[in-house]
Amino acid sequence: MNLSTLLIIIVAGSACAYFLGYTRSQQIAKPLGGVRNLATLPNYYASMVGIWAFVPAMVLVVLWSVLDGAVISSLVKSSLPDEVKQLSEESLGLVMSQVKNVASGIGSVDALGQEYVPAVQRLISLNTISAKVMPVLAIFVLLIGGLLGYRAVRPQNNARYSVEKVFNVTLFVCSSIAIFSTFGIVLSVLFESISFFQKVPFFDFLLGTHWSPQIAIRADQTGASGSFGVIPLIVGTLLISFIALLIAVPVGLMSAIYLSEYASARIRGFVKPALEILAGVPTVVYGFFAALTVAPAIRQYGDALRDWGAENEIAWLANLAVSSESALAAGIVMGVMIIPFVSSISDDVINAVPQSLRDGSYGLGATQSETIKRVIFPAALPGIVGGVLLAASRAIGETMIVVMAAGLAANLTVNPLEAVTTVTVQIVTLLVGDQEFDSAKTLAAFALGLFLFVITLALNVIALRVVKKYREQYD
Amino acid sequence: MTDQIIAESDARVVAAERRAATLKKRKAAEKRFQWFGRISIGFGIACVLFLFTDIVSKGASAFTQTYVDVEITFDADTLGLSPQSTEEEIRAASFGSFFKKSLRAKYPEASDRRQKRQLYALFTSDMPLILRDMVIADPSLIGQTTTVSMIADDDFDTYYKHSYGKNLSAEDKVSRLNEFQEGIVDDLVESGAVERKFNSILFSNSDSREPELAGIRGAVVGSILTLLVTLVLSFPIAVATAIYLEEFAPKNKITDFIEVNINNLAAVPSVIFGLLGLAVFINFFGMPRSVPLVGGFVLTLMTLPTIIISSRAAIKAVPPSIREAAYGMGASKVQTVIHHVLPLAMPGMLTGTIIGMAQALGETAPLLMIGMVAFIVDTPTGITDPATVLPVQIFLWSDSPERAFVEKTSAAIMVLLTFLICMNSLAVWLRKRLERRW
Repeated sequence: MNLSTLLIIIVAGSACAYFLGYTRSQQIAKPLGGVRNLATLPNYYASMVGIWAFVPAMVLVVLWSVLDGAVISSLVKSSLPDEVKQLSEESLGLVMSQVKNVASGIGSVDALGQEYVPAVQRLISLNTISAKVMPVLAIFVLLIGGLLGYRAVRPQNNARYSVEKVFNVTLFVCSSIAIFSTFGIVLSVLFESISFFQKVPFFDFLLGTHWSPQIAIRADQTGASGSFGVIPLIVGTLLISFIALLIAVPVGLMSAIYLSEYASARIRGFVKPALEILAGVPTVVYGFFAALTVAPAIRQYGDALRDWGAENEIAWLANLAVSSESALAAGIVMGVMIIPFVSSISDDVINAVPQSLRDGSYGLGATQSETIKRVIFPAALPGIVGGVLLAASRAIGETMIVVMAAGLAANLTVNPLEAVTTVTVQIVTLLVGDQEFDSAKTLAAFALGLFLFVITLALNVIALRVVKKYREQYD
Repeated sequence: MTDQIIAESDARVVAAERRAATLKKRKAAEKRFQWFGRISIGFGIACVLFLFTDIVSKGASAFTQTYVDVEITFDADTLGLSPQSTEEEIRAASFGSFFKKSLRAKYPEASDRRQKRQLYALFTSDMPLILRDMVIADPSLIGQTTTVSMIADDDFDTYYKHSYGKNLSAEDKVSRLNEFQEGIVDDLVESGAVERKFNSILFSNSDSREPELAGIRGAVVGSILTLLVTLVLSFPIAVATAIYLEEFAPKNKITDFIEVNINNLAAVPSVIFGLLGLAVFINFFGMPRSVPLVGGFVLTLMTLPTIIISSRAAIKAVPPSIREAAYGMGASKVQTVIHHVLPLAMPGMLTGTIIGMAQALGETAPLLMIGMVAFIVDTPTGITDPATVLPVQIFLWSDSPERAFVEKTSAAIMVLLTFLICMNSLAVWLRKRLERRW
């Protein structure tokens, strides 16, 4: 019996329990003179019976599925040959996965060696037992739970209390998933990063200026020693983010100012959603646009400029070299992507500036633009700064545009016409495809992830604090 | 006395002139400032228009495919079959050499081996299989001559769509066909055998290495399955969280901590969720790679904050008088919430959910991490089958060197954007239609 059939059986069984509970409560209500003489409404009794049937069985199934593998492999390990048990953690894991492969029919025992036969047989038998016992046990628990619930349907027992309690607990468990996923993120990147820093010293990572994660396959191989200096990645990330902000901040800010201070309601109603389309376009589309339209265009213009420079003997123009995967292309497109982000935050902040400030300024004879520049902008500045920080954290964490348009070469340069690489690009390239989980190359991706997480988190915390503080000023 | 008056009025005139000059400057500054605003908005809208026209102009041609009508004689002797042959016999027959022979008979001018190979390369490499399936479907074809609509190879297709009949300079010409092949194509077109039909392959096939046979069906099904998992998990969890935080949560440290975590999760870069999925779901729990189930888990964690935040706003918008009336009638807190608050907040929650789903549909980076980038030819049938999703398919195709994949990629983007526009319009419509103003 596979898992989905079992789940269907559990759900159907619980539904049966619900209806049985309902009829039972009506039954016991009859001699008492109707449901009004019960402690609570029949559907609460029914829900109680349903919960009694459903929850224990589900808990069993989930726990069993999660723990099953670990328990079985620890049992199988004990039947491995003695000399294998002495092996290190890693090679033991390798042996175990070979045993598992043989047990599931991939490869034969002969390749592994006859001494492993007991382990393989044990694994097969344990797997069959587990697969047989689990559904039986689950259905047994379902029946027992249903029966207990059914017996608890009594006129003086207020089922509503227990049902509402379960409801409350469920709500709490659901809300704590947010906590669990934060912990999951922190722990998963932290553990892998720690094992990375055992292989590569922390300061070599943080202060190194050379990034080439290729690890030598042979010991005597030249040129692929693997060096993990994060500085070129940081510079590349900052360069692209800076170009993006250079586009997004003025455009986003000015659009927000125009829309909230000058535009009529009709224009606003049309332009605002039009700009927000930019926020809804998937990043992979921007990446395609950057790689296939913007980057070639920039290269073409760059080449034309160079030719023109050569003709007119302008030395710096004649030496212009535009890489086909330039930081400029990725930065421009990323800037376009975060325009709506900047403009919507600025819009909120500008609208929060009280009208009295504007009226005071007009009363002194200032024009509208002077009011905006000298009164509204300074008043809104902290909020706008917060918005820009949020936009910066978006730009730093953005992945697809840079993966598709910025390239892989880890050049330590601030020239926007050259190819650079970013933290997110390296995370993706290091982890896409098959990989061993213990090589420094893979673990480096987690160290980069930790770095990225810390940076974006810090930026967000600062930004939210700035925005919040500013809001309190006028409330 | 008069001198003084004259001096004063002179000063006044000077001041007025100066004022007029500064006023002019200030008004010019005002105009300039307004123009900056207009230019910014114009730039934003121009970007939207440019993006869309660029994609559409690149992708529109992918919705048609070039077919060539060729008369094929299913010669019984060449195939070694008769109309009475069983399916197994037909499957065993060598349609590859039959197909090549038929082409050679049609174009005897292909003399040497190289030209012959170039001749075969004008049609998709799956053509023998398609012919075989035709015969299996209708064995009476054996011995007959029929017109078969053959799928042109991507190079043929690109040449016919973009270069044929246009006097292009050598530089602008995008064709990988050589002169011999172009000659055949030109003859074919002149004889009226070549036509462009609606490209149903794009929607009925899954991924392929051959551009003319590649389609988005597998990716669309993968996206639907992944979104289904995401929806089933994220909607109830997010609604429960929102209800708890708005209606039940006591004001204490744990509640604050939950709120801080939700706000932080909303700002975590999506690629980090991919790392989480890789380390926790795949590495720790040993779930399979590349499956919609794990993709759905990762996207659930990613979209939760969005849905929670909008659900909370929807619950907040329900006026307290509703709750008080319910309490007044003797309802318990849970009854009040389930029977009264929840139905009134539902439109807002659904709107938030649709927007969250639209976000999840367009997400690529975390799915790359959990291995949904594999080259998968089969259409997935369940949430534990290896699959890819539409944005990842776009990413994969955009990396392919064949020029024909550029238009395929743009077409896939158009399909993706259509889905997104539909979802967002639905959200807007739902908000307008169902949301109540109190």
